[in-house]
Amino acid sequence: MSKILLKIDGKEIEAEEGMTLLEAARDGGIEIPALCHHEKLEPYGACRICTVEAEKNGRSKLVVSCVYPVEKGLNVTTRSEKIDRVRKTILELLLSHAPDSEKLLELAAEYGANKDRFEKEPSFCVHCGLCVRYCAEIKGKFAVGFINRGSRREINFLPELAAAECWKCKECFPLCPTSALQAAFVFTEAQFSETPAFETDSGNKY
Amino acid sequence: MDINRIDQIIDRHNCEASSLIQVLLEIQSENHWLPKQALERISERLEVPLSRIQHIATFYKAFSLVPKGRHEIHICMGTACHVRGAQNILSAVEDLTGIKPGETDLDLKFSLETVNCLGCCALGPVMDVNGQIHGNLAPADTEEALKKYE
Repeated sequence: MSKILLKIDGKEIEAEEGMTLLEAARDGGIEIPALCHHEKLEPYGACRICTVEAEKNGRSKLVVSCVYPVEKGLNVTTRSEKIDRVRKTILELLLSHAPDSEKLLELAAEYGANKDRFEKEPSFCVHCGLCVRYCAEIKGKFAVGFINRGSRREINFLPELAAAECWKCKECFPLCPTSALQAAFVFTEAQFSETPAFETDSGNKY
Repeated sequence: MDINRIDQIIDRHNCEASSLIQVLLEIQSENHWLPKQALERISERLEVPLSRIQHIATFYKAFSLVPKGRHEIHICMGTACHVRGAQNILSAVEDLTGIKPGETDLDLKFSLETVNCLGCCALGPVMDVNGQIHGNLAPADTEEALKKYE
């Protein structure tokens, strides 16, 4: 493995090839906020909170540090007025989905985000995909997945699988940055206990 | 849908997970929708998790997880068709079939959808039934056009 030298916030950092900027920064003791990142999971780049400014050959651009691989001679800034502004807007957009999420509110206080800026559409899920990816990559159970697309995308438990597997696991619950996941599970559970025959349930996707 | 028929389709694609969408498309075009049993069978044979199949089947509009009619009516609501009275065509078809866009009638005869452009604006207003284009329609023509579908 070859070493790559780059600068993050003025600090010389030595990283290994294939690492992401976020990993390199955290190794060097520089904290970058991130909601959809988990060290055991593949990079995903869903929440965009970890946006940083990367400069090379005099040109700088905003990149998402959790999916951007380290490059030789890169000069990275993790905090600036521009970045703060970007993160503030992202937080405001996320808060319109999950206005009561503690993690989001903490970050909002730090970046001065106004949680009432956008009209609320509380689905409580910010589509970070942590639960879906954890279940697929670590547990290999695929009990929870995404359905639909675009603005209608949501997480969905497979009732039969969830009844068999999720009871004893629930490891994805603490990962959720909002509480949408628990709600989705409780909802599935309630539906499942009421109507065992899912084909007849019009509220269900099947 | 017969489980043997599903197996046949899967066999034709050599049980490859990469053929998932092809398999789903073939079942959709034969059966007009994807029953849960079919998805479970595909999941088992192609070794693709059910949640991933569900993700894909709900992602593309070509797939339906609820029963669809034998004949699929698409009414173009694109700009050209709109100015030539697509709304009137839609109302006429709604009255004839008794269903609204996105719905299927009880005998599973027709499903109705609106689309945004069928790409033949010169023929507007356009109605497409099972891929067959009915162009330059007047609301009064729709009854005649739908009569031949059983």
